[in-house]
Amino acid sequence: MANDADLTGHDAAPEMCADPSSAAAAPQPPKHSARRALTKITRGTYLKEAALKNLFLLCAFVAVAGVALIFIFVGIKGWPIFGKVGIFDFLGGATWFPTKGHFGILPLIINSLLAMTGALVLGGPLAVGTAVFLSEVASPRARALVRPAVELLAGIPSVVYGFFGLVLLRPIIADLFGGLGFGLLTVWLILAVMIVPTIATLTEDALNSVPEGIREASYSMGATKWQTIWRVLLPAAKIGIIDAIILGMGRAIGETMAVVMVAGNASVIPADVLKPFLTLTTVIVMDMPYASGDHRTALFGVAIILFVISMIFVAAIRVISRFGKRVG
Amino acid sequence: MQSQERVNKNVTNGIALAVIWLAAIATVGALGTILVYVFVNGIGQLTPTFIFTNPHGVLMEGGIWPTIQATLYVTALAMLITTPIAVLAAVYLAEYAVQGRLVQTIRFAADSLASVPSIVMGLFGLSLFVEGLGMRLSAIAAALSLAFLLLPIIVRTTEESIRAVPKYIRWGSYGLGASKWQTVSRIVLPSALPRITTGVILAAGRAAGETAVVIYTMGTMINAPVSPMDPGRTMPVDLMLKAQEGINVPSAYGTAMLLVLMVLAFNLVARWIGRRNRRMQG
Repeated sequence: MANDADLTGHDAAPEMCADPSSAAAAPQPPKHSARRALTKITRGTYLKEAALKNLFLLCAFVAVAGVALIFIFVGIKGWPIFGKVGIFDFLGGATWFPTKGHFGILPLIINSLLAMTGALVLGGPLAVGTAVFLSEVASPRARALVRPAVELLAGIPSVVYGFFGLVLLRPIIADLFGGLGFGLLTVWLILAVMIVPTIATLTEDALNSVPEGIREASYSMGATKWQTIWRVLLPAAKIGIIDAIILGMGRAIGETMAVVMVAGNASVIPADVLKPFLTLTTVIVMDMPYASGDHRTALFGVAIILFVISMIFVAAIRVISRFGKRVG
Repeated sequence: MQSQERVNKNVTNGIALAVIWLAAIATVGALGTILVYVFVNGIGQLTPTFIFTNPHGVLMEGGIWPTIQATLYVTALAMLITTPIAVLAAVYLAEYAVQGRLVQTIRFAADSLASVPSIVMGLFGLSLFVEGLGMRLSAIAAALSLAFLLLPIIVRTTEESIRAVPKYIRWGSYGLGASKWQTVSRIVLPSALPRITTGVILAAGRAAGETAVVIYTMGTMINAPVSPMDPGRTMPVDLMLKAQEGINVPSAYGTAMLLVLMVLAFNLVARWIGRRNRRMQG
């Protein structure tokens, strides 16, 4: 805490930022460090620096420890179900009826993939379009409105999205298409909006990192704005956009609270987009309050599968980025 | 022939740009619809009684004060735990780390942690903190679980802030004989502080709106936590339960409105800090 106060109380640095020439010409170092600068680096200083470096490394290593702990502690609760049911029957079983001893999560996996795909089809173009708008088309004034909107969309809690879907979107869809309004269609619409900020921010970053000279070259050849975007910029930012979309997929498949409120939660593959369905994430919310024994173990098993899926997405991004670097 | 092609080109351009405009308008429109709908239905609920009194009765009439307290308590606790670790981790990655297998592993772990679904994080907290370490459903168990969720977010924004500090400032410091730590603690971190703060505030907004992690680690009991070992029900959990069970929907609108207002406030403060900082740097 005392250290923080010391940091904030020290306002030499922002002045240096403001004027590089004065920083170079007339540096005003704190007195005690000037004195220390004249002495040789002592063994004490060296040890202190090394100790601090290792402390920081330790902090950075908390992330690694976190991943390992999640794997271990979700794993020990969920692993027994793989032994009991068999991993292939667990993943490939067509019936999820845990109170009767049927632990097949294939319908849940398919439903999760359906929810994700629809969200991506609707939300992907919306997000990439918004990113292109922000990076290439918008006037500074339009950008000053759209960018905060995207940031706010990212900040709205998922439970509010779910509530909004439940009280506004669901009745509208029920009126238009019949049924109760719980189903894939409602989930797609909600998830599509939820993944926009994830994909749009990263796509915009990718577009912004395309060198300005490439745009100028394209315009000087007589290309229109759209030709430049479609033929030059989007291909140039391809890798970054694919990464953004994979992250959006991860967000969509892992989303829980928004989906549980509008999905209706029946553990079958829905016959059409207006029928209730259950996914990998929502089954945990629905069953956790009363589950016990093997049922509870199976829910932790589902969490292991979700964790593995998210790791696969992250690994895919790594591989694609590395591949892109080699090609570029 | 040539002129016809030129017309085509411009027509295509016009249509495509219109579609791009539509995408941006749809995004803003989605946000606008959510905000307006929640505000119109929630504004009537926001009375002092609603905010500052305890709920009573089977339908939870009255206020939601304990859930607000629980939300603030657990958010503050989570930020206290995460911020120092995350900032120091970012200092390592931005200032000390040499590209190599170790740094690759750390980055991969941070990316993985960032993409773990929050429901998995909730079950993890339940398994490790609540049951494994015997913390029971408590604010501290929720805060520790949230810490793992927030860690990669704060690490990333902090690392970006540190990298945005111009190199020559560091050279100036080293040139005067300052050690690495002196340079980092007195030159680099103070320059990056406004942007770091922005990132931390946005992460706090994320923690305050989180449902899936908190419901399995802090429970659903309505209680204003005093000690970190106390259970409680945060606002998002309260909203979720009320919406799911269809009890007291007007109060759910009020809670949703307060949550959105909170996110707006966090965003505005973060934005204000960013703008003030830009002005100070000229």
